[in-house]
Amino acid sequence: MAATYEKIATTTLGSAAASITFSSISSAYTDLRLVFVAKSTTGGSAIANARLTYNSDNGTNYSRTTLGGNGSATSSYQNSNNTYIDLALANLSSAQPSFLSYDIFSYAGSTFKTTLLTVQQDYNGSGVIERIVGLYRSATAISTIKIESTINTYDVGTTATLYGILKA
Amino acid sequence: MAITSIKTGSSFTNLTKYDSFLAGNTAFSPSSYESIASATGTGSSGTITFNSIPSGYSSLQVRFTAKSTDTSGGVGYVFFYSNNSTRYYWHSLYGTGSTAVTANGSSGQGYMYGGLAYGAAGIANIYGVGIVDILDYASTTKNKTYRMFYGQDTNNVYSGNVSTGSYLESTNAITSLTFTADLGNFTTGSTFALYGIKGA
Repeated sequence: MAATYEKIATTTLGSAAASITFSSISSAYTDLRLVFVAKSTTGGSAIANARLTYNSDNGTNYSRTTLGGNGSATSSYQNSNNTYIDLALANLSSAQPSFLSYDIFSYAGSTFKTTLLTVQQDYNGSGVIERIVGLYRSATAISTIKIESTINTYDVGTTATLYGILKA
Repeated sequence: MAITSIKTGSSFTNLTKYDSFLAGNTAFSPSSYESIASATGTGSSGTITFNSIPSGYSSLQVRFTAKSTDTSGGVGYVFFYSNNSTRYYWHSLYGTGSTAVTANGSSGQGYMYGGLAYGAAGIANIYGVGIVDILDYASTTKNKTYRMFYGQDTNNVYSGNVSTGSYLESTNAITSLTFTADLGNFTTGSTFALYGIKGA
């Protein structure tokens, strides 16, 4: 029997990589939680983004609503019919790790999948905080999660840990 | 299978001797995050209640997916309240997809905003989700502060909304929590799960 809150898998990058993927995710839990502590490699555009897709689906099945603040102003954004769920304000710096979390509700159910995301970055003078609700319009259970940067790679030491949460 | 008795003359061979009652099994490590109870919507009721919440934890967390049976297109909030107060005071920050808004209620009201659950019109299969954290819920000397993080994105059928906020009520210990649908009832796919988080 699965535990109430259990680590499913964890990845720590030993070399820079453009993406991290969790596959063959068990359907034994109620929700999933992914904790991502990431830093970009340097050089070129020394930032990385973090695009979230499920089940290797690159169709226009994603949308998101974002609430953000950068230390001087607040904002809210929305995307519909997108091919991924992205962050709106944040990119991952090479200077300090950023903390991101993804709560994926009823991921194994037969309804569309909603995810709550948080982003926290502070670089001693700049930074971003975001709260995001993302929608994946698929009734198929989520068995693969991919976080990908299309700008720069994730640096050595970047960690991603996936947990399963089970209800009574 | 349990061994309940051993008779004279019984023969055992190739047995492993253990110096621990674990006898080769891994040690049981109690979880710090325990499931207390869960409930699902019925389609005919707009109320979910957790009663007799034990006091043995440091914090409580409720995770939910919710959808209203209402088809009017109105914003279907998820309200909630506990046993310990009839008046709540709050601050919140939310985004509609185009505007970020902060708001507060200082006059007290009989419930708290816990989430969103738009109805079925045009958004079949889409549920609002939320996480409610209640810190030091069993204290009888501290006011209770809640943290909510919830949202519902409907791919622009309705305005998406993501919100976070904190609420404050009285010093009474919390022993029950009730979630209610602002509009209609909770659909059968709605689920509410209550967890207890232990301190060190």
